[in-house]
Amino acid sequence: MQMKRTSNILTLSMALAAGSIAASADAQSAPEAAAPAPLTGVHGGDLDGAFINARSFSEPDGEKLYRRVCAGCHMPDARGAQGAGMYPALAGNRNLASADYAIYVVVKGLHGMPGVGRMMTDAQVADVVNYVRTHFGNRYGDKVTAAQVGTVR
Amino acid sequence: MPLNPALPMSKRDLLTLIGKAGGASAMYFAMSSMGQAQASPFKGVPTFEGGAKGASALIIGAGVAGLTAAYELRRAGYNVQVLEYNGRLGGRSWTLRGGDTFTELGGASQTCQFSPGNYINPGPWRIPHNHYATMHYCQELGVALEPFMQLNYNAYIHSTKAFGGKPQRYRHIQADFLGHVSELMVKAVKKSALADTVTKEDGEILLEALRDLGALDKDFRYVAGRQSSERRGWTKGPGGGLSAEPITSEPLTFESVLRSGMWNHISDSMGSTHHTAIFQPVGGMDMIPRAFATKVGDAVRLNTKVTAIKQDETGVTAAYVDTKTGEKGTARADWCICTIPLSILSQIEMNVGASMAAAIGAVPYEASLKVGLEFKRRFWEQDEQIYGGITMTDLPIGQISYPSSRYGSPGSATLLGAYGFGAFAYEFTSLPPAERVARAVEWGSRIHPQYKAEFVNGVAVGWHRVPWTQGCFGTWSDEARAEHYKNLCQIDGRIMLAGEHASYIPAWQEGGITSALDAIGRLHQRAMAG
Repeated sequence: MQMKRTSNILTLSMALAAGSIAASADAQSAPEAAAPAPLTGVHGGDLDGAFINARSFSEPDGEKLYRRVCAGCHMPDARGAQGAGMYPALAGNRNLASADYAIYVVVKGLHGMPGVGRMMTDAQVADVVNYVRTHFGNRYGDKVTAAQVGTVR
Repeated sequence: MPLNPALPMSKRDLLTLIGKAGGASAMYFAMSSMGQAQASPFKGVPTFEGGAKGASALIIGAGVAGLTAAYELRRAGYNVQVLEYNGRLGGRSWTLRGGDTFTELGGASQTCQFSPGNYINPGPWRIPHNHYATMHYCQELGVALEPFMQLNYNAYIHSTKAFGGKPQRYRHIQADFLGHVSELMVKAVKKSALADTVTKEDGEILLEALRDLGALDKDFRYVAGRQSSERRGWTKGPGGGLSAEPITSEPLTFESVLRSGMWNHISDSMGSTHHTAIFQPVGGMDMIPRAFATKVGDAVRLNTKVTAIKQDETGVTAAYVDTKTGEKGTARADWCICTIPLSILSQIEMNVGASMAAAIGAVPYEASLKVGLEFKRRFWEQDEQIYGGITMTDLPIGQISYPSSRYGSPGSATLLGAYGFGAFAYEFTSLPPAERVARAVEWGSRIHPQYKAEFVNGVAVGWHRVPWTQGCFGTWSDEARAEHYKNLCQIDGRIMLAGEHASYIPAWQEGGITSALDAIGRLHQRAMAG
């Protein structure tokens, strides 16, 4: 047992010596080892689920995901913004008529937009797509499901 | 990662361990290893044989890529004109000082309140010695550099999940990890556990190397003593006089260091783009564009939003709108070097071929956040003996970087109070600027309790809200790079692209500068060919 423990540690140290950069890179794609911290955790993560996990979004529903992720670019009122380029308004956006299109953009990204859905679960993507498609003047009744998101990934 | 599956610790075990370290630090680290950055291939500027022969070049964007192109092409005899969206030169090579106003997308406006001499670089903030092209232009243009304190053994590593949230000095984690690992390796060698790969003679050498590397004592142990204290620091350091006898410090246990995950940060400054010597311009990163301005500033039209780029058989025309007056106009030249970030360029009408157009649309732009905080005094120096360097944390602020200049000076100073990527950066960006600053103060106070009493003011830049980049830098996936990179960099008729997005050094100025040099060299060859 003692020998095994030593070997374990040796493996670790050698792996570190061999490629600490690779180890860190792998850590990014490794599933979060610890369970997400509770809302009152030491991070002081927000009650809406923000600031809990550095590598994935922890917001529990579509509205919270919109406010804490999407609104960074599309703005809290979903009217987008205009600078050297623009962020499209999601308010009254006819492209949202296609639920599959909305899922695709969230998961895969589009042009400069990262695929933020990669940091969300299938259910979170479905939630935020459903939220946007039924708010900000959008009234698309066909709800998407997590399973639908899974087929797009 | 070359893990031997025959060894008892599974890859999953290791990943689990590493995962516990994870967090914003992992993001930061992946960022630092991004692009497998090596020493720059810069070998000097193109020679422009044959001269410009009266040719003209339109350069779009006055960041370091556009400024490099303008400077070198003008020197080669080209007639150059530069169009720039902002009311200043530099693009992301940008410094915020007291009195500067930044209005982000959505309309929130911040006027920086820093005292004279204090600043923050929202974009690039350091120049590694092996970024030869950037170093070249700093030297050629007379940009004064000073050392950037990348690695400070007395700064902290902080984890909310280890040591009760108490920050640990880097020197403790680094020395204790190396010491304990070296001691374990010694045991393995002595037990002949490595006999199949290390000969007896090499094993003897290895033992001495491990004793040296790990600061082991004469019995190959990593324990409290002179050797370990000279690495990790003493409880009471040696001095002079009657009561000068030093008191050794007690190393942390191997288990506590290992389980803390803090070893993840030992390698933070081992990547080649973070090696010492590493520098910053004295007074702010925008000293670089300011130096370029003395050479080509007169060729730049500021406040100019390009709305369309059209090439024909004899030249390239850019249509623009003056953002101050609303006046519309056009600029035309024989050739065009376009450095507009792809996040913006993908929205601008431009008649290039399908392959370049596809490449322009294939690169998402990363979220990133920086917060600059001004404090009444340098408490990190005065109370904690931290002179420059970086404290790493798993809190959403990611890191705290102390100023690498004016050490020991009285009065106020600014530090980088947050710098991060990934989910936290999106979540920070969604907040109003004042709230981002407030969060950075709140979280930073967990590491430095002095924060709340000493805080004066702050400024926060969420890069997805920056009107002229809509993100921090272009994030190439391996797949996108394989499919599109060469198409992006090829010359298309009379148009070439440059910028960090047209490089293998994303987010670094060296990528922008070397891409510009490559582009203008090939442009000149094409121009010569007629």
